Amino acid sequence: MADASYPDDLRYHPEHDWARIEGEEATFGITWYAQDSLGEVVFYDPPEVGATIAKDTAYAEVESVKAVSDVIAPLSGEIVAVNEGLADAPERVNDDPYGEGWLVRVRLTDQAEVEGLLSAADYRKLLESD
Amino acid sequence: MLAAIGVGSVADLFEQVPEPLRLGRPLELPAGMSEAEVYERLAALAGRNADAEEEVCFVGAGMYDHYVPAIVDAITQRSEFLTPYTPYQPEISQGGLQAMFEFQTAMSELTGLPVSNAGLYEGPSSVASAGYLAIGATGRRRFVVSRGVHPHSRETLATYSVGFGAELVEVGLEGGVTDAAALADAVDGDTAAVFLQSPNFLGAVEDVEALGAAAKENGALLVVAADPMTLGILRPPGEQGADVALGEGQPLGNRLDFGGPSFGFFCATEELIRRMPGRIAGETDDVDGRRGFVLALQTREQHIRREKATHNICTAQALNALAAMVHLAWLGREGFRELGELLARRTAYARERLAAVEGVELLHEAPVVREFAVRLDAPVERVLAKVAAERGIAAGYPLGREYPEHEDGLLVAITERRTRAQIDALADALGAAISGSVDLVANGATKSTEGVA
Repeated sequence: MADASYPDDLRYHPEHDWARIEGEEATFGITWYAQDSLGEVVFYDPPEVGATIAKDTAYAEVESVKAVSDVIAPLSGEIVAVNEGLADAPERVNDDPYGEGWLVRVRLTDQAEVEGLLSAADYRKLLESD
Repeated sequence: MLAAIGVGSVADLFEQVPEPLRLGRPLELPAGMSEAEVYERLAALAGRNADAEEEVCFVGAGMYDHYVPAIVDAITQRSEFLTPYTPYQPEISQGGLQAMFEFQTAMSELTGLPVSNAGLYEGPSSVASAGYLAIGATGRRRFVVSRGVHPHSRETLATYSVGFGAELVEVGLEGGVTDAAALADAVDGDTAAVFLQSPNFLGAVEDVEALGAAAKENGALLVVAADPMTLGILRPPGEQGADVALGEGQPLGNRLDFGGPSFGFFCATEELIRRMPGRIAGETDDVDGRRGFVLALQTREQHIRREKATHNICTAQALNALAAMVHLAWLGREGFRELGELLARRTAYARERLAAVEGVELLHEAPVVREFAVRLDAPVERVLAKVAAERGIAAGYPLGREYPEHEDGLLVAITERRTRAQIDALADALGAAISGSVDLVANGATKSTEGVA
């Protein structure tokens, strides 16, 4: 994905993660800015399905040609699915960070946390201020 | 200099050290010597060492007195190779990287596993590194280790295990090989890895595949330490179910050199590649489509991964691994197999020859390749000292030092440097020393009895 984009229907975490809230569940991934900073992603080390993850802590690793980075959970919950497709095609995180490049699907344990996340506009502002 | 740093005297520099801990007098050092005098003194001290060039060496126990062909020195001493510096810049390091890649290819073929690193420090730390890898891969913290694994490797793994918070369970030997029933009992669903060595410390070839079944059934990794010199004729560990095959690399192209430096090798399955310790050289194409080499998967390493690095090694034993590669290339595929066959034949001869000596019997009858264990009917250390002093033969390694249950055990190693005539001389010397020692003991006993009476 060549140009920066931050869809308005997603919520954002300052550690450059997004969450797509769908009722009691949500899908997580990393933002355009995160994948652009990392460079070509070559490996995704997912958590196990069933694992419990906590907001603001690392739940997975993304490895690019430049670095290995922790992925921070924007919300707390239990992993219900991981993106198996990334095993063979980790570059999807770069090509389509908000679609094919999703990382995990989570059953949320604390809906109130959602309010603490940033809107697309706020996240853009955060990036500009950096 | 004191004035420049604002200190009154040298003694002030040590103010932080509490008074009772200070020596309070000058060190008792001898007067200074000229360079020529130092040379004479060190030469005299060095002259007191017995080495493998002087003695006929049957000592092995992990390090072996192989012949290192002259070409190994000719190539490793080229200035382009004579640096351990990390070849992070492929544009100026193609030769070194290609050598690493070829080394990895050779080790991968020998072990029967698809991935090899460019070398580690030595055998024992390679074994311990496999422990770390197994914890990461399985999320478990329990190791089951055969007593046939080199004692130094077991000790190193035990030391690392303290830091890992891992439990280490040892399984004994039966008839020279790992007790299969005890191993099967020891391995459970919490076991991260099973560690075997083949040939094991007593020289015995283990049935890796059968022993490894317990690991497979419980989802534990199978880690096999191997003597690379035996891999020309033994079934590769990778074909017997090993997830990791590693070992001490010294027998390939590296002299004994007072115990070091040497190197370790480390090979694994493709699934474990991101958890591998050490460097990995990879083959690629440059912008013009020409074949080239780079360091691959560097994101595992500490300069990128920081505290999440799989291993913090920067000074790879690249030069030692290069020596191994040159030795292997010099021998060639056929030559390496023939060397293995020669070792097996000559070892069989030595084993038979020694077993026929009065006062010597086999410690086990398991199959061996290049090393075997016997029992002596006399105090082992005394026999060794006598044979060394009188015949100039280092007869072997006294097993009692590491295995109290084998106080009468002697481990004898054979390399291609050991001729049949030398083996005959060893048999003769052992026979004489044992019967002499028996006489001594008998005389001593008589005397002391008389004294008491």
